[in-house]
Amino acid sequence: MPKDSGIGAASKRREDVRFLTGAGNYTDDINVYGQAYVYFLRSDVAHGRINSIDTSAASEMPGVVRVFTGDDFEGVGGLPCGWQVTDRFGQPMQEPGHPVLARGKVRHVGDPIAAVVADTLQQARDAAEAIELDIEELPAVVDMKAALNEGAAKVHDELPSNLCYDWGFVEDNKAAVDEAIKNAAHVTTLELINNRLVANPMEPRVAVGDYNRANDESTLYTTSQNPHVIRLLMGAFVLGIPEHKLRVVAPDVGGGFGTKIFHYAEEAFVTFASRKLNRAVKWTASRSEAFMSDAHGRDHVTKIELALDADNNFTAIRTETYANMGAYLSTFAPSVPTWLHGTLMAGNYKTPLIYVNVKAVFTNTVPVDAYRGAGRPEATYQLERVVDKAARELGVDPIALRRQNFISEFPYATPVAVEYDTGNYFATMDKLEEIADLAGFDARRKESEAKGMLRGLGINCYIEACGIAPSNLVGQLGARAGLYDAATVRVNATGSISVMVGAHSHGQGHETAFPQVVADMLGIDESMIEIVHGDSSKIPFGMGTYGSRSLAVCGSAMVRATEKIIKKAKKIASHLLEASEGDIELKDGKFSVAGTDKSVAWGDVTLAAYVPHNYPLEDIEPGLEETAFYDPSNFTYPSGAYCCEVELDPETGKVTIERFAAADDFGNVVNPMIVEGQVHGGIGQGIGQALLENCVYDSEGQLLSASYMDYAMPRAEDVPFYVVDHSCATPCTHNPLGVKGCGEAGAIGSPPAVVNAVIDAIQSGGKNVLHIDMPLSPQRVWAAMQD
Amino acid sequence: MYAFDFEKPTTVAEAVAALADDEAQPLSGGQTLIPTLKQRLAMPSKLVSLTGIAEMQGVCTNDAGQLCIGGATPHAVVAAEAASKYPALSALASNIGDPAVRNRGTIGGSVANNDPAACYPSAVLASGATVVTNNREIAADDYFQGLFSTALEEGEIITEVRFPVPQAANYQKFVQPASRFALVGVFVAKFADGVRVAVTGASNDGVFRWTEAEKALSANFSPDALNGLSVSADGMIGDLHGTPEYRAHLIAVMTKRAVAAAS
Repeated sequence: MPKDSGIGAASKRREDVRFLTGAGNYTDDINVYGQAYVYFLRSDVAHGRINSIDTSAASEMPGVVRVFTGDDFEGVGGLPCGWQVTDRFGQPMQEPGHPVLARGKVRHVGDPIAAVVADTLQQARDAAEAIELDIEELPAVVDMKAALNEGAAKVHDELPSNLCYDWGFVEDNKAAVDEAIKNAAHVTTLELINNRLVANPMEPRVAVGDYNRANDESTLYTTSQNPHVIRLLMGAFVLGIPEHKLRVVAPDVGGGFGTKIFHYAEEAFVTFASRKLNRAVKWTASRSEAFMSDAHGRDHVTKIELALDADNNFTAIRTETYANMGAYLSTFAPSVPTWLHGTLMAGNYKTPLIYVNVKAVFTNTVPVDAYRGAGRPEATYQLERVVDKAARELGVDPIALRRQNFISEFPYATPVAVEYDTGNYFATMDKLEEIADLAGFDARRKESEAKGMLRGLGINCYIEACGIAPSNLVGQLGARAGLYDAATVRVNATGSISVMVGAHSHGQGHETAFPQVVADMLGIDESMIEIVHGDSSKIPFGMGTYGSRSLAVCGSAMVRATEKIIKKAKKIASHLLEASEGDIELKDGKFSVAGTDKSVAWGDVTLAAYVPHNYPLEDIEPGLEETAFYDPSNFTYPSGAYCCEVELDPETGKVTIERFAAADDFGNVVNPMIVEGQVHGGIGQGIGQALLENCVYDSEGQLLSASYMDYAMPRAEDVPFYVVDHSCATPCTHNPLGVKGCGEAGAIGSPPAVVNAVIDAIQSGGKNVLHIDMPLSPQRVWAAMQD
Repeated sequence: MYAFDFEKPTTVAEAVAALADDEAQPLSGGQTLIPTLKQRLAMPSKLVSLTGIAEMQGVCTNDAGQLCIGGATPHAVVAAEAASKYPALSALASNIGDPAVRNRGTIGGSVANNDPAACYPSAVLASGATVVTNNREIAADDYFQGLFSTALEEGEIITEVRFPVPQAANYQKFVQPASRFALVGVFVAKFADGVRVAVTGASNDGVFRWTEAEKALSANFSPDALNGLSVSADGMIGDLHGTPEYRAHLIAVMTKRAVAAAS
């Protein structure tokens, strides 16, 4: 019987009522009395030297409050990078400055040059056209390998080259890996591109800076996934505003997918300008601006080699990846191709030797950073593609080859530094074979062929690492932040509860799922519990939401705080019941004395805490409010097996996804409906990457896919009805709820399944095509089939 | 966008008068013009809306049996009202853009703009339709003059498009993955006196007739008649979504499919 409330119940998402009825409160809905508007004049060349910026005419235009340029930020900090990677030789990465407004040079199309603040947005735009720029265009570097050539134009003149770092992992394994590959019975090699993506949340970024002269306090309203992180980065590193004078509010946020983790120039600008002008300043990105100023995702060029012995056991993996950083280091950019990618290269397999080399490169393009999955999709894609290719080269069944090499005992220490606590890859593969109806595939293929179509089947496994932790470890790896989270459970006098959480919900459904946990623990109705998030002045210092961490990390903090509440409440109850504390039981919202019919209700206890007339004041304080910080001892490791079935029109190259099945192991599940929705969304984004989405620059650094006319987003008609299962649950061993993370799995697990399926379809038509780079657009598929 | 004046006349004559002003521009459904204005890529002094003119609305049949569509008729109305009389045209209209586009965008606007990837120009050309303006009638073969270029003169308004109704017809659209405009669209129309084939989306010169295919199909209206025929990649559009070779290839594929669907 499915539960109808608490942990495991498919409680309906309470936040959707306001989202679907237009009652949400997004950042653009926030208007401060007397606010001015800023328009950013952005570079239309990819690389250029700023000879002069003449703002005199613009400053005289109607409604203009002030025109800012980079010179106004003399003495102000640049945008900081939150992760320092150490290279193969023990040296820190190259870390160029990132000014709020460009100084000296512009380094990508979209780089902000000047900011016009005016009474209206129209006036600001009009005035921006009156700014006279003298920018000397310089040769741009776009291609990563060309950027590393001797004599290539340098994105940052002060650096020795365009190389950010050359990272080896695990460097000590390198010689052994080389040796194993040399001695292998078979080596499968694959060169591939993990295509650059633009996150495209439905809500573009918005920032409102509001300065209160009365108490010298600044408030930034912003579209962020992590208000406390922004407060720390912007306050401490950019503007020098102490935390107690800086409030960051991220209200309803319409999708993030990673791109709203980072601290952006526009946030710092509106906060800075509102202080200078003593007037609120608002910025709302247009979609065109989003394409050239939101951090992009992926953009890896990789060569992977998989070595096998004569019995088809994996013996070694070696990879070489070029990772695009863009023109500046976005907040967590250096961590994505390294610690979020190299550590996942074992995948679901017991390969004993692995070496990962990553060269991070500066180019004259928009900065690249984490996007749904962040490093893990790149790892999974290359690994699962090369395994598939190996199976084809060796003439063995791709599922059998995977099963043969599955990790089967846990905990399992990989050769890439992480230890999987639990999992059962055979169980998810068994489940997949059942729900995907693999037995019926041959018949379906015949049906397709009768219509003149080709049909292909693609299998894929994935492992992912969620809730990056513990803080002391990530500190050693270069993180300049902790990765714990925090929750305050405030029980009110009449028994209702506000839970202030450091996690941020921008589509994930925390407002529904988190109360289910607390309600379950206390035995009270979910509707008595409200989640408060997104406002640094209301919530404890938590790290926000990304990396599928919210329930595993912040949820654990919430559990710890609730446990403290229960402990104290039992003390109060024992006093009221005149019984020993050890005899008090909490069930269905009632405290009772074991073995008797004596009890007090939840509300009696909470009221006593705030009206302590009959209360053990000598032993405990009044009130019922507890905070807990939780720093996990390890990542969580969700895993799964996916299957994609495609139909391919050989005359046009058009691929349609006919079936898609996903068997995931997320450990314990709090709300199965929300989990299913997360998987659906993730697979949709993965299909987008595999078939449609591609961010393209020309050789001059002009962004060709700068709007929806050329950047192909997946639509409802592009995705099938999914078959999703998460019954194969191996609970996480180290967090109190036994939960893992489900937000990114779909985006990680689906692209290789789609590509494997297309290759299978082409092969079934008798063409020996072994790889096509994503997106598998009709043109690319058709062209590959012509060779 | 930049500031502009706005007029919404109720007759063609008033519209023509309003457009006489310098830098005045007609606004029909606005599906191209409004995004252009929002990006500040155009700076008209005045927009003259054509959507309030009753005589430019609706679908009817004239004494010659032609389907007459008012220039300001939205795609959704054509989709609904041409369904029984000219199903292929109705199907084309029902597959332009999305519901919002189909309820704002108009046939006159599309034909006047002559976007090389728009659907309507192929139907107009393949049907041998007549483009009727406020002061003349222009045969389709004379009307389309290349990329975004037509026989229309400054201030001239398309009041109606008259379609002869073919015995059989079909439109096959292969969509560009991002914009969902036609990467290649082929409209085939079979009349008593021969077959016309018009191709959109593919050529650097905009919509064009594939005369070789017309000849073959006029002799034998079946997909097999096209065997061995191909279009040269010279002059075809090459962009992120399709090389000239791919587009040339798709023309042959889509033409065959259109004939198969029509016959």
